[in-house]
This record gives sequence, structure tokens and C-alpha cells, in this order.
Amino acid sequence: MEIPKSFLGYKRENGRAGTRNHVIILPVDDISNACAEAVANNIKGTIALPHSYGRLQFGADLELHFRTMIGTGKNPNVAAVIVIGIEPKWTKRIVDEIAKTGKPVEGFHIERTGDIGTIMKASKKAQEFSQWASEKQREECPLSDLWISVKCGESDTTSGLASNPTVGNLMEKLEPFGVHLCFGETSELTGAEKICATRGATKEASEKFMKTWNAYNDFILKEATDDLSESQPTAGNIAGGLTTIEEKAFGNFQKIGNLKFIDVLEPAEEPKKGKGLYFMDTSSAAAECVTLQAAGGFNIHLFPTGQGNIIGNPIEPVVKLTANPLTAKLMKEHVDCDVSKILSREMNLSQAGDELIKTMLRVANGRLTCAEALGHREFVMTKLYRSA
Amino acid sequence: MSQPDLIIHDEKDNVGVVVIETTKKGQNCNAWIMENDKTVDVSSTNEVPLGHKIALKDLKVGDTIFKYGHDIGKVVKEIKKGEHVHVHNVKTKKW
Repeated sequence: MEIPKSFLGYKRENGRAGTRNHVIILPVDDISNACAEAVANNIKGTIALPHSYGRLQFGADLELHFRTMIGTGKNPNVAAVIVIGIEPKWTKRIVDEIAKTGKPVEGFHIERTGDIGTIMKASKKAQEFSQWASEKQREECPLSDLWISVKCGESDTTSGLASNPTVGNLMEKLEPFGVHLCFGETSELTGAEKICATRGATKEASEKFMKTWNAYNDFILKEATDDLSESQPTAGNIAGGLTTIEEKAFGNFQKIGNLKFIDVLEPAEEPKKGKGLYFMDTSSAAAECVTLQAAGGFNIHLFPTGQGNIIGNPIEPVVKLTANPLTAKLMKEHVDCDVSKILSREMNLSQAGDELIKTMLRVANGRLTCAEALGHREFVMTKLYRSA
Repeated sequence: MSQPDLIIHDEKDNVGVVVIETTKKGQNCNAWIMENDKTVDVSSTNEVPLGHKIALKDLKVGDTIFKYGHDIGKVVKEIKKGEHVHVHNVKTKKW
């Protein structure tokens, strides 16, 4: 298949391009959710991103909170942002960072005004942003404007046999076009960590990966009260035939094909070394991982599933594929790309990779994913430890 | 290129994955080895569902299970060739 050289995206002020054109209402903290949701209810064409945190966090955990908030606002799939927080200081910090992209952003704080006054002020601005964004048109953008993140979920053995290698095939085919790529799931590389480390493009990248994995593994060993067999593999993984974390890890690892990663990112960190594949230190929980990758600036996500994870994200479209014929049949409304014919050998890996490229480009050009059509907007902040 | 009943990732593997809805007791399964495109036959002792693994040889307690050509865990209960391989007879070497 000849790979198209471009897609239709929204060009942003800072030179990036979006596959979506969202106006988001971003609460800084848990107690600003009500206000943010009221604004999104008032003004059509906007979406609120409620979440559970943002108060009394400190240290690395607070930094991650800010990085996730700011990165979400900066993502090129977002046209404009309303930030609402309880108090002005943290609200302003987020607004000022998002403003550096050049996109419209305005902050509101609730203290000394209350919800109702804040909702009125923020709604007026949100209406302005929504109508402004609605005039934006899709334009031809080079393929290199795609920043593709990947994460698998509710995996089974069909993931390692076929759907994850399909993603790997896509990566191998698209890397030469200068795309950014990102995989994560630190804990779910356990068992394959040494092999994964050999895929560092440099000695520094390999060492950084092992350091990151060791830190995560030490944390898991410290907190674990049993052998983790209730969590890894999950009950769904086991029902699907996965027996151990090692087996899951080697399946997981198929997603990067034969590529090497050029750098290791902190959770929600934006890549700074140009095109190529990055590893991001993330939880293996689907919504947390995709939220972090979206905050890192990735604008389209590929999600292979075995037993049928149904996740979506409010700003980064999540393209789902499966090689499990039962999932493809019984959960059809969640599957954007069915590659189950690999198992019956009616389709080879390269054909499946081509199908996934086609599906992904249709979504990049504007086709709603199954998760978008079904209203999946899982926005889940990663919290590193207890608050003060 | 007929439809396989089992797929084996690597020639070194001692398990294969069921890729049909279920195997029947005593079914002679056609297994395709992805790495070298060879096929082998193995008889399924139990009914084993889609995605689950079948032993390609007799395995003793303490033996290593190989899949993708890599170590994915240890045998904790003896397994005969053709039997279902899963959490009841294999455990992680991690955690």
C-alpha cells in the first residue's frame, strides 16, 4: 500500500496540528468541577474535563498535576481553553503556561465570587471561544504532524499474537515519515524489561529506561501485600489466557515492532528530541496512561485490546483494534479496526498494519472513533502519593 | 495455508495458543509456527478455549515455559504434552 503523505488537521498557532478542535473547560481542582461542568452545559461546543485532584498536593506529585493540566491545555487537539480554579495563583500558573502556545486561554477563580458569578463570567468567554473555534477549517498537514501514542488494555494472548504486532507494523511503516511515537506501561514490561532496555537508541536511553523500571518495580514490591496476582495479570487477562506478567509483557512489547526508543519521558512530559519513538513512564491503567500521553502532546492514540477494553479520552481520539474474533463480534460497537483474520491466516501482519494506517488516518481526518461516538471521555489524573 | 488451530510464536516455545473458539478433547490440532512458517501437530487432552495455551511437550515442576522464545514463568505442577497450560500449573518468576 502506498502510504498517504498527509492528513487533514487543524493548524495551531505554535506550528503543531490537531486531529480535533476542542474547546475545553479545565478545572484546576476537584471543587471546581461543578463550575466547569455548568459552563460546558451552558455553552455548546465545549467540554468540561472534571477530575478528582488538585488540592494540597506537594512535591513531585504536585508538579505532575501541573504538568498534566498544562499539557492537556497545550495539546494541539485543543483550540481554546477556559481554566477554572478555586483560587487565583494556581489558576494563573496553568493559564500562563498554556498561553505560551499562542492559543486563546482565560482563567477564572471562584473565591470572592462564588460559583454562579464565575459560571456567568466564564460562560461569556467560553461562548466567544466556541464560536471562534467553530470557524477553524481542516487543512492539509504532513504526516509528521501526527504524534501517535499507544497503549493496550484488557489484553489476552491474541494481543501478543496479532493486534500488538499490528501496531508494531504501523510504527515500522510510519517512523520514516517523521512521526512522533510513544509507548508506556512501565509495570507491564516486567519480565521483558531487559529485552526492552536493549531497544534504547543510545546507552543513555537504555540506562534511563532501566532506572525508571527499577524505581517502579521497587515501589510495587514495597506496596504489595501479596504476589500481585489479583492485579497483574488482571482477571480479564487470565480469562483470555494470559498466565503471568512476563507473558503479558512480551505481548505488550510487540507494539513497538523493531523500533528503538530515543528517550525516556517523565509522566506527561513533552518530548523534546524530535521525531521518533519515546518511552513514557506511566501507570498501566488505561485511562491514566492515555491521559498522561495526551498531556505529553500526542494527538492520536492506538489501543489494541483482547477481551475488550472500552476506554476513550476527551481530547485524544482512541482508535481501538482487536484480533480476538469473539470481541470483534460481541463488542463490535467498540472496535474501530478488526484484525482477527490474522489468527485464521486470512490476513497477514503487513495487511493488518495497512488496515490500521487507513483507519487511523480516517480518524485523524475527522471520523469519530467508536469511543467518541459512545461518549467515552475518561480523563484520569495520576497521583503519585498522599496529599499533605 | 489452512486455518491453524494453534499458533506458536517461536520455534523455541514449549506452548502454543489456541486460535479457534475451543479445542475438543482428543482433537488433533494443527499448529503453525510463526517464526519459521512450519507446522506441527499436537493432540489436545482437554477442551481448551480461544487464547489459552497447550503444552507442546511434557514438562516437570521447575521447568521454564517459553513463549515468544522467552522465559514467561515456571511450571508448578507437572504438565503432560497436550494439556492446558495456565495459572493452575504455571506461575510468574517475578513479584
